[in-house]
Amino acid sequence: MKILVTVKRVEDPEIKIKIKADGSGLESEQMKYVVNPFDEIAVEEALRLRDTHEGEVVILSLGVADCAQQIRTALAMGADRGVHVLTDETLDPTLASLAMQKVIEDESPDIVLMGKQAVDDDMGQTGVMLAERLGWGQASFASKEASLESEEEKSKQTALNVSDNKVTVVREVDGGIETLCLNLPALITTELRLNIPRYASLPGIMKAKKKEIKEFPLRDLIGDAQPLVEVLKMEKPAARAAGMIVSDVPQLMEKLRNEAKVI
Amino acid sequence: MSNVLILIEHAGGEPKKLSLNAITFGQQLSAQSGGSLNLLLVGENAGEAAQAVKGYGAEKVFVIDDPSMHNYLAESYATGLSAAAEACGATSIAGASSSLSKDLFPRLAIRLNAAMASDVLEVIGAKTFKRPMWAGDVLATVELKSERQICTVRTTEFDAPEAGSEASIETLPVNVDLDQLKTSLVDLKEIKSERPDATVADVVVSGGRGVKSSDGFKVVEELADLLNAGLGASRAVCDAGWVPNDLQIGQTGKIVAPDLYFALGISGAIQHVAGMKGSKVIVAINKDPEAPIFQVADYGLVADLFDAVPQIIESIKS
Repeated sequence: MKILVTVKRVEDPEIKIKIKADGSGLESEQMKYVVNPFDEIAVEEALRLRDTHEGEVVILSLGVADCAQQIRTALAMGADRGVHVLTDETLDPTLASLAMQKVIEDESPDIVLMGKQAVDDDMGQTGVMLAERLGWGQASFASKEASLESEEEKSKQTALNVSDNKVTVVREVDGGIETLCLNLPALITTELRLNIPRYASLPGIMKAKKKEIKEFPLRDLIGDAQPLVEVLKMEKPAARAAGMIVSDVPQLMEKLRNEAKVI
Repeated sequence: MSNVLILIEHAGGEPKKLSLNAITFGQQLSAQSGGSLNLLLVGENAGEAAQAVKGYGAEKVFVIDDPSMHNYLAESYATGLSAAAEACGATSIAGASSSLSKDLFPRLAIRLNAAMASDVLEVIGAKTFKRPMWAGDVLATVELKSERQICTVRTTEFDAPEAGSEASIETLPVNVDLDQLKTSLVDLKEIKSERPDATVADVVVSGGRGVKSSDGFKVVEELADLLNAGLGASRAVCDAGWVPNDLQIGQTGKIVAPDLYFALGISGAIQHVAGMKGSKVIVAINKDPEAPIFQVADYGLVADLFDAVPQIIESIKS
């Protein structure tokens, strides 16, 4: 079985971001970049699938030359090889999904896994757009019923059930848990509750250095297609007015009753 | 003409409250574009729920109630929405941000060659919207540069719609051959709760890591029930399996904006705060005086929630 996982290079969510004075984007000085946390979960699930069914895990990333670091991170976790679509352009989900489609039509994986959203632009569109472009079925927000502290998680078994050229996926929906059956090839986006991603081991990091990363220039894949979403301006939201620390429950209740008048 | 189509989610013959607020978004957008407002309901009993939304100034309320469309699947609903968009000449299609719209609308966007804005907070122009990025740490103004646009709408930012002229209701004969789809529904387990949903409740009571166990969460539930409040939880509590993940509030969970929000034993990571900072009054109770939740709280109390919450319950009861 061949599994392709997309990983996006994003600003480290632990670091406070700053917007440029002219509102055109983020300050990149002193910023650290990581694999989008949702995509790490997708990499982990792909490795578990491969361990059950054999085959290979291919990592795909779109972006600047430094994206190679995020691809290496996934390779160090245990993925087999990488594909890097090189560009300095900012891609919207319509373009990102188009470039992914071109790579995937060439690679022909059985399953594509990716995070349900990236924690930078929080759009959450690319995965489902890609499924439609490919004409595949989709299961977004893949999850499992067992918790991340369960025996099931500790056993590192995949939560995706593949057999007879189909995959069964449990997904989270508003007010419930849904189970879908998809024909392969299929596209799956991952929820936080799917698994706990492994750390790269030292031997894993050493091995990753020798693994192959193929490079393609973006425009060789997508011609002159243009993005459809333009960010005109970025700004910080208004800060909440400073609150107060109350000394005890009686004072809290007095404030809620007489000042805020909410109880 | 730049007409607007809003997807209305419904259950038990009633429109969902989230979707009503999305009508307000539709009213604002059609005022900007000068086109008509149209609504669409898909699924079993859609016709019944349609009666409840016909008085909001829409031109038409479309109903698709074919048995092949009774269960939601992105593939089949995308066909239904395309048909409705065609029927009313819609160039803008939107709906409340929900697990359904997030699963469906990007598929529709590709099918209709449309650009999409997720979690819209504000209408700036017919194709220009304000939306959050980086867990709400950045507000971006985005322009959709395509003939057709698709939006999911963060409904905490829009009030209930004002009444308007009455729409005509029209049933669209859309059916899909389920055998031709690449996806099939195996099972849907609904999590039934007597409590109001946190996204629409006036009061929300949430618990974090500080509750220590699923047993510890009971005190959070007790306070919620006393206040007829919706329940919420931080990611840590959901990941640990102490409560269903359905309760998660934050960047990747539900977005709530009640009149009163209790954060009990929640440290206040930016990802959680992204889901509740729109609340009118925030009360935080945490043992750790350095917890970041105190930076967004209107009233902070440095205390063990197992001491403080029973006292609050006593105070409300008396």
